[in-house]
Amino acid sequence: MSILINKDTRLLVQGITGNEGLFHTTQMVAYGTNVVAGVTPGKGGEWVLDGKVPVFDSVKLAVEATGANCSVIFVPARFAPDAMFEAADAGIPLIVCITEGVPVQDMMRVRNYIDQKGVRLIGPNCPGLLTPGEAKVGIIPGNIAVPGNVGVVSRSGTLTYEVLYALKLVGMGASTCVGIGGDPINGTNFIDVLEMFEHDPQTEKVVLIGEIGGTDEDKAAEYIAAHMTKPVVAFIAGQTAPPGKRMGHAGAIIEGSAGSAADKIRALEAAGVKVAKHPEEIPSLLK
Amino acid sequence: MKLHEYQSKAIFAKYGIPIPKGRVAATADEAKQIAEELGGRVVIKAQVLVGGRGKAGGVKVAKDADEAAELAGQILTMTIKGLPVRKVLVDEAAAIAHEIYFSITNDRAAKKPVMIASAAGGVDIEEVAAKTPEKIIKIHIDPLLGLRDYQSRDIAASIDLPRELWRDFSRIAAGLWQAYKDNDAELAEINPLVITKDNKLVALDGKMLIDDNALFRHPDLAEIRDVDEEAPAETEARRHGLSFIKLDGNIGCMVNGAGLAMTSMDIVKLFGGEPANFLDIGGGAGAEKVAAAMRIILADPNVKAVLFNIFGGITRCDEVARGILTAMEEVKPKVPMVVRLVGTNAEEGRKLLENANMITAETLADAARKAVAAAKG
Repeated sequence: MSILINKDTRLLVQGITGNEGLFHTTQMVAYGTNVVAGVTPGKGGEWVLDGKVPVFDSVKLAVEATGANCSVIFVPARFAPDAMFEAADAGIPLIVCITEGVPVQDMMRVRNYIDQKGVRLIGPNCPGLLTPGEAKVGIIPGNIAVPGNVGVVSRSGTLTYEVLYALKLVGMGASTCVGIGGDPINGTNFIDVLEMFEHDPQTEKVVLIGEIGGTDEDKAAEYIAAHMTKPVVAFIAGQTAPPGKRMGHAGAIIEGSAGSAADKIRALEAAGVKVAKHPEEIPSLLK
Repeated sequence: MKLHEYQSKAIFAKYGIPIPKGRVAATADEAKQIAEELGGRVVIKAQVLVGGRGKAGGVKVAKDADEAAELAGQILTMTIKGLPVRKVLVDEAAAIAHEIYFSITNDRAAKKPVMIASAAGGVDIEEVAAKTPEKIIKIHIDPLLGLRDYQSRDIAASIDLPRELWRDFSRIAAGLWQAYKDNDAELAEINPLVITKDNKLVALDGKMLIDDNALFRHPDLAEIRDVDEEAPAETEARRHGLSFIKLDGNIGCMVNGAGLAMTSMDIVKLFGGEPANFLDIGGGAGAEKVAAAMRIILADPNVKAVLFNIFGGITRCDEVARGILTAMEEVKPKVPMVVRLVGTNAEEGRKLLENANMITAETLADAARKAVAAAKG
């Protein structure tokens, strides 16, 4: 068992013929992910990866022909909102948007729309999903994680890789890794994923990687205290970030003391979560 | 991206929001001329992209054109929170009966825009919110439906606005919503929105924050960015699509991904060092971008060592290595450099850097320790 994706996932890639789309499709297929289709408007009828994956003009056509049940989006920011609307309208139940730099107001419209449709969106501005040994949807390097019983959920991209890699180095594996993305408005938050891990039999422990800005970590702490039976270890990035400065992620901004790393760490520790001083300390806290 | 008051108010005016007559001036003479045109009392307001101008003495009332010239001259020599005043706004002075706070901003928790109003405007709104939260009225706007008229009326009623002003207030609310939406604002704020003694609503002050990610569809706004108000290195970084913030330490950091970049800073500090900057080269950066990043880091004379921490995913380590080599050729750095490459094409990257005379590290902690030691010399 795992959450969100597994070897039966039938993946569609939006923006499959672009540079990033093609590179990462190759990686996902090499990992063993069942990539059934790609979409690039105007390139329907072509094939990529030596004739292995058919390209369609629209998500609707791709779903009809291949029964795709998950979509990963690699299109540029200005086209990404439309790609998310299109996937939702075509009946894709799980959408993973890798694209970074999507305007916030677009994301508010997307999020409110897909919530009405009952669609699950991961991201945007995220590394995607990895169920080691089964499937990867997105850009997490496959070779940095092995199958195991640790569920990983993170707002960051490369920082997540650090953690997976640190786990692997000590022989610990992951059930599923979920990168929820660092934008202020995204599709899935910590609580959504914590709940899935709590109910997943393969997951025995959970790692939560947060960062400054917003209140998602505080809400996660409340949820953990009230509902989680599995142990949770956390790391919060941005402990030295100066207040009021925007540290790249549109979401990682602290105004005054609200959203500071210290506040989040306090809230998590109060909920019984062990908080690591740096990412490589996480494996020892899980033991 | 922050807009100046005069820029924000010009946008508001386009959307039918009443603003005082006035213009921006860069010299005392210009201010005098504007005051003469306006006639009567004027307000001279420093145009800097920080809050607290009034308390710093950057906002003054002049009774005539001569006094306007004198006060503008004074304000134009001021520095407010580290920013020199380069321009002043000269507005006709309003006869204020009452001050209202009014804004629209993004509510990330609700995932919707929120319209905020308070009858206790003018003063520091955060203080009102902290001490008397019941005086702050909030109404969420469905981003798919837009602002509805009844919502504006609800706000007007909640802040006890006299009924004869409700229609004008609704027009201002509709204008503020359109200004927020059309310009991809993160904040569109009027503080204060005043009721004048002759019972009219006027936006005396204005502030807009624009979503940087949306500037691709607002070339007109991108053009009016006031680059004088930011560190030159930050302007240069933005030109290359890099996310950069200058800090006070001596260890330059170049990292891919914002979370990992913050973590690298945290861990440098944990091991007794001080980061000189936050720098995220972003996902999928090519050699050219990496070279630009390196030039920016090395241009800071405080930098005594550089830490490269690259965990390849969408970014390929060999591309980063090529960028490092290009920049080294050009800049000929004299400070020690610690490099850690992991992930996509890390092996190829390490090979490229084999003869570059860099300190290598395996883990993040190892890299940070070595960088801290190298900076100490």
